[in-house]
Amino acid sequence: MAGVLSGIYSTFVRRNYVFLSTIFVGAFATQIAFNTGANAIWDSINRGRQWKDIKHKYMEAEDDE
Amino acid sequence: MLARSSLRASRALGATKTSATRTATRNASTQSSSESAGSWKNAALASSSTALAIGSVAWYYYQYGRPMHAMTPAEEGLHATQYPWEHEKFTKTFDHAALRRGFQVYREVCASCHSLSRIPYRSLVGNFMTVDEAKALAEENEYDTEPNDEGEIEKRPGKLSDYIPAPYKNDEAARAANNGALPPDLSLMVKARHGGCNYIFSLLTGYPDEPPAGAVVQSGLNFNPYFPGTGIAMARVLYDGLVEYEDGTPATTSQMAKDVVEFLNWSAEPEMDDRKRMGWKVIAVGSVLFAISVWVKRYKWANIKTRKMLYNNPYAQQNATKHPGSVHRR
Ligand code: HEC
Repeated sequence: MAGVLSGIYSTFVRRNYVFLSTIFVGAFATQIAFNTGANAIWDSINRGRQWKDIKHKYMEAEDDE
Repeated sequence: MLARSSLRASRALGATKTSATRTATRNASTQSSSESAGSWKNAALASSSTALAIGSVAWYYYQYGRPMHAMTPAEEGLHATQYPWEHEKFTKTFDHAALRRGFQVYREVCASCHSLSRIPYRSLVGNFMTVDEAKALAEENEYDTEPNDEGEIEKRPGKLSDYIPAPYKNDEAARAANNGALPPDLSLMVKARHGGCNYIFSLLTGYPDEPPAGAVVQSGLNFNPYFPGTGIAMARVLYDGLVEYEDGTPATTSQMAKDVVEFLNWSAEPEMDDRKRMGWKVIAVGSVLFAISVWVKRYKWANIKTRKMLYNNPYAQQNATKHPGSVHRR
């Protein structure tokens, strides 16, 4: 455990520029992951109700013409 | 100590007992003489004043205490039935297929009288119409151009950025065409009426075949119990099979009313889908942050909360050191 922690410390925290970049990249990654997950849940709760679920009907109809 | 206090309590009890018996005997001796003569007068006086008191309270309540209504129930209008709207649930978006049907109903039925002035064609795109459909729809109408070099204003076909045109040039024209009654703009109607969706649905489907016996309906008005005053200038507009839905949904009166109401809810709150989704995200992130803040607080306070306070009485300690034998001596 201590080895892992000190490993994390020396890789990510000891040099400030690495620490700062970790925070920035981590924030972006977390946000993207959270949004993707939350939107997926939302879309599954509302399956069939939103425009993106029904638009193929009207898009295809135009292609036929 | 305990024995002494209980002794005191029983002594106090004894004191009250003796005083009580003393007053009782005194009263008995003084009252006995006039008792028989004044008894019916006393009773009459007491009961009449009680009756007066109750009566005046009742009168006061009757006069001022009852709830006041400026309007009769007919003038208030019938309360709209509560319907379980799917799109009003906290986790549900609009049913965009219903929005598409509802817009069709608006366009084919309501648009001949009601404007929808806050909705541009562009906002239909991506909600229930494709770009090409919305463009074609916009081009059906003509709009004024900017003044040209000669200062003339010409006509051009509509664009996506144009707003849905109103059926009448102005309110006066609208009144003139509708027996003096102005068909209100429907963009925000769901927000503008008590009961929102329920009210408009009840209004559209609530026209009885003929007004109930005794109801007074002015000429030019129609009876609708949900409309405040029950006389509405808009006649019943929705009848089974009035429109033909492209997705094959049977166009019953209630189906059309439901679709157009959901559409009007969208026009009043086009941001609803995003708002609900965003709200859930805020709740999710917020509860994580709240949990972290609770943990941090407990972490920071742990030292303070778990410390023990010891009080060493300096005087006792002093004495103990000065006279080591004193405690044992006694
Ligand atoms: C023939 C013209 C006409 C048509 C078509 C029409 N309305 Fe109306 N509507 C009116 C008039 C006129 C009023 C004003 C009534 C009044 O104030 O007495 C009105 C009022 C309303 C009101 C407001 C009621 C209130 O509480 O003030 C709503 C909501 C409404 N209409 C919805 C609709 C809907 C939805 C449709 C389409 C399904 C529709 N109307 C079609 C003429 C029309």
